[in-house]
Amino acid sequence: MSPDEQTTARDLSARVKTLLSEHDPSTTRPEDFLGARFDAGLAWVHFPPGHGGLGLPQTHQAQVEAELAAAGAPRPAAGRNGIGLGMAAPTIAAFGTEEQKSRFLRPLYTGQHIYCQLFSEPGAGSDLAAVATRAVRDGNDWIVDGQKVWTSGAQNAQMAILVARTDPTVPKHAGLTYFLLDMSDPGVDVRPLRQITGEAEFNEVFLTGVRVPDADRLGDEGQGWRVATTTLNNERVAIGSGAPREGGMIGKVTEAWRERPEVRDPARHDELMRLWVEAEVTRLTGERLRQQLAAGQPGPEGSGMKLAFARLAQTISGFEVELHGEQGLRYDDWTLRRPESVDFTGREPGYRYLRAKGNSIEGGTSEILRNVVAERVLGLPPEHRVDKDIPWKDMAR
Amino acid sequence: MTDLLYSDTEDALRDSVRRMLTERCPASVVTTAYDAAPADFSGVWKTVAAELGLAGLLVPESLGGAGASTREAAVVMEEIGRAAAPVPYLSSAVLATVALLRAGDTGTVPDLAAGAATGALAVPLSTGPDAAITGVRRTGDGLTGRVTSVAGAHEADVLVVPVAGADGLELHTVRSDAAGVTVTPVLSLDMTRPIADIEFTGAASTRVDDGDAAAAVAEALRCGAVLLASEQLGVAQWCLETTVAYVKERRQFGRAVGSYQAIKHRLADLWLEVGAAQSAARYAADAYARGDDDTAIATAVAQSYCSDVAVHAAEECIQLHGGIGMTWEYPAHLYLKRAKADQLALGVPSRHRARLAELVDLPVA
Repeated sequence: MSPDEQTTARDLSARVKTLLSEHDPSTTRPEDFLGARFDAGLAWVHFPPGHGGLGLPQTHQAQVEAELAAAGAPRPAAGRNGIGLGMAAPTIAAFGTEEQKSRFLRPLYTGQHIYCQLFSEPGAGSDLAAVATRAVRDGNDWIVDGQKVWTSGAQNAQMAILVARTDPTVPKHAGLTYFLLDMSDPGVDVRPLRQITGEAEFNEVFLTGVRVPDADRLGDEGQGWRVATTTLNNERVAIGSGAPREGGMIGKVTEAWRERPEVRDPARHDELMRLWVEAEVTRLTGERLRQQLAAGQPGPEGSGMKLAFARLAQTISGFEVELHGEQGLRYDDWTLRRPESVDFTGREPGYRYLRAKGNSIEGGTSEILRNVVAERVLGLPPEHRVDKDIPWKDMAR
Repeated sequence: MTDLLYSDTEDALRDSVRRMLTERCPASVVTTAYDAAPADFSGVWKTVAAELGLAGLLVPESLGGAGASTREAAVVMEEIGRAAAPVPYLSSAVLATVALLRAGDTGTVPDLAAGAATGALAVPLSTGPDAAITGVRRTGDGLTGRVTSVAGAHEADVLVVPVAGADGLELHTVRSDAAGVTVTPVLSLDMTRPIADIEFTGAASTRVDDGDAAAAVAEALRCGAVLLASEQLGVAQWCLETTVAYVKERRQFGRAVGSYQAIKHRLADLWLEVGAAQSAARYAADAYARGDDDTAIATAVAQSYCSDVAVHAAEECIQLHGGIGMTWEYPAHLYLKRAKADQLALGVPSRHRARLAELVDLPVA
């Protein structure tokens, strides 16, 4: 650490101590503690002062997290409000007006506002810029009509980030605008979308005459694609976790193999070890990427981690079901449940196998990610985009 | 804590090795290794071993080496793989040198470290780190017996020979030009790391071990397995980069063939594999250098994984080049042959997985 960084680290420690002494985590309500933490600039140290931060480099955040965790301080609800904390907050910080930052960031951080994401539509999956949900200006408001899908957590959300079409006469990327939408509007209809596991993590969200004040528009009219790109760039998936060896899906299989000799099949042993090696080299690659980032050499390899993770999760979970033989014929629960958060390695082998099918679809399909790697990392020619320059209203659909 | 990156010193080392091999070992020259009268590569080896001082990387300074570690030697191996260079680095500077060092030899090691002599460990190249070594027989007349498929034997001045002694394995050195030693080169699948058969018919030898020759040979094979993974990484990287460059240029149906998803997606997957191979190879080299308790696991992971990635990369290289990839003229075949032979060298991948299973307590039944 440079002398400047040491000074900053000492100053941050002092701020953490003050926060803890004025708001004892053991006696303060979590929401109040998080509010006080936000006001002290310790929510996201790289955010501007007055908006949850201190305008410091993001690298100092880890120190704050560690010191607060050591003191047993409550943490923001990363599971329930992952969309808000991970995606909406950095987008609001980047594109929001002072007034919007003041109004939205604090309740987002304290968990008063849980967010969901109204991006994908039945006709706009990988091709997100093709969204058809319309927002039409009406005085100081916008009237929104359309259908969104794959919205996890919509049933718990107070707020949503929304991409809607405000100008159908220009090419698809140019006619989009980004909004913050109040989910309590009577025109919002949330319906559970049941998936192959039996449960419903996701929803369909029908928007009928929903009124959004122009004050809740994020970024300029027609700038929605750029704003949404900021959101999606923050959709960090696999790199961060730093799981230990045999963490994740492979750990379920090795646990069974070690503890239940009856599942051991010599004919499958080499396959088991292949999967073990695959999981280990993927873990090591995550570790290498973290070291590169820490050394200030951010590589493009991050885009590949989700690809590796999806393939691994699917292969291992399929292997696991087979390994269990007769037990693999059973399933733990087909009832429509509404889980608060998702645990890929939770429940039984059958669930894990089915849920893993989503890993190569959600957050960018593996096919799209291979295009991303091929084009942005390897520099291969881009896909042909026949609809890039024609007005959205004239697109074939 | 493991360090999976490359230091500035390691990057500088890489630059100097790459510059030299690019100049002295172009593919057109390397290809002559398959000719009846190949180019003479002894000058390149001399430069690697003596002028760049790389033969002594793993040797302590007290014995005339550089006192470096497998981290640096791994970088050299990556570059040798990238050039498919026909230099006996693995056989002399790693296998023979580490066996002698571990056995306690101080007579031959300084010569090998200085590049003044070249060595070879007299075991088949396919020998895995856990294989039982029986050694050749020792009679009153000297060493007797036959060792086949030894890498670097033809280039070696000194053969480092496991010998079956009365009280277990011994390690001896024998001059390759001594009476009673016949080294016969054989046609190899990979002529860039040629193998030879050795026949001992009463050869005079010098015992060099201090009592635990089996451990010394095993150590050499383990160190070799660690470093071979880095060579395989270098092979795979060359194949990936060359193929990516080719599919950007080659046009069919009016488009670069690299614009088709059938090609793009295969290369994206291969890129992922090569990145994972880098993580595995780097981890093994670093763990060995630190003497980490995890070294055996890291080695088994790296060898089993990188072996297959190098072969896959070379196979994709041929296929995605189409017809040109199948020609003698184009260098892709040098890498396929090197990769396939490397896969068998120092234990096949399934053998390393079997060893890994023991190490991580996942028994077969």
